[in-house]
Amino acid sequence: MPTIVVEVMPKAELLDPQGKAVAGALGRLGQTQSALANVTGVRVGKRFEISIDGEADATTLAAVRELADTVLSNSVIEDVVGIHVQDAPSSAVA
Amino acid sequence: MRIGVVTFPGSLDDRDAARAIRLAGADAVALWHGDHDLHGVDAIVLPGGFSYGDYLRAGAIASLSPIMTEVIDAANKGMPVLGICNGFQMLTEAHLLDGGLIRNEQGRFICRDQGLRIENNASDWTNGFEANAEIVIPLKNGEGSFMAPTETLKMLEGEGRIVARYLGNPNGSLNDIAGVTNARGNVVGLMPHPEHAVEAGFGPDTDAAMASGIDGLTFFTSVIARTLVGA
Repeated sequence: MPTIVVEVMPKAELLDPQGKAVAGALGRLGQTQSALANVTGVRVGKRFEISIDGEADATTLAAVRELADTVLSNSVIEDVVGIHVQDAPSSAVA
Repeated sequence: MRIGVVTFPGSLDDRDAARAIRLAGADAVALWHGDHDLHGVDAIVLPGGFSYGDYLRAGAIASLSPIMTEVIDAANKGMPVLGICNGFQMLTEAHLLDGGLIRNEQGRFICRDQGLRIENNASDWTNGFEANAEIVIPLKNGEGSFMAPTETLKMLEGEGRIVARYLGNPNGSLNDIAGVTNARGNVVGLMPHPEHAVEAGFGPDTDAAMASGIDGLTFFTSVIARTLVGA
């Protein structure tokens, strides 16, 4: 079943308190795990996976693009940073 | 006068808003998010809470509720609409007000009595205040930091559409903005909660006595006065 993936991030110029809190926790881990010592920042966004019947054709993609800009994101505080099609909903990486 | 209060799944302050309306001297009418009927009300309050658990974005799913079609239509025709906290978030998501609200800059939920300065006392909901009145009402939210693009901010400032500013910025809001209005002055969004400061004994502390603050009542008496004048 084709799946359209929409990715949304908080605007780069706005403070992302959630990302900042995660970065703070990673910083504390970095004190004991040297591989994390060079992490400089984290931002947290959203990923939507929209399953559809049939083809992900141009009309459908245009409709999803519209949905991404008007409903899935709020352009005052967020940006749509990616839309792509994959064959099925995501599963865990091996 | 009849003022409607819309209840959404996850609304918390709808009963308090209705109580504030009654204490101000109007009839409170319960409205339901799933209806397409405003029951002939003269004004509308979108109350605070966590509609749809703040899923997607705070206020985003509620802004697409069936009744919002009627609310948006009425607001565009001039009906007074006040959005408090989650209601303010709904009004920005519905594009009835400019700007947006993001997580508080320190990442914490804030619950405290908050000083405000009323900078626009011409709107339907603030006309009962003296110019630049300083008031105290409760503030309680996790996502109350007001954001807007630079040009929008300039426009809001230039047109006097900042309804209330924080005395001491609690959450990183641009220009200390606590509330804004639309060009017409009938739609107002406010992050702090006037409906929790309407009856002596249950409001913020004042110099005079504990819990005696009723500064929030003026928002509701303002809309009653405005509507009677208009009638």
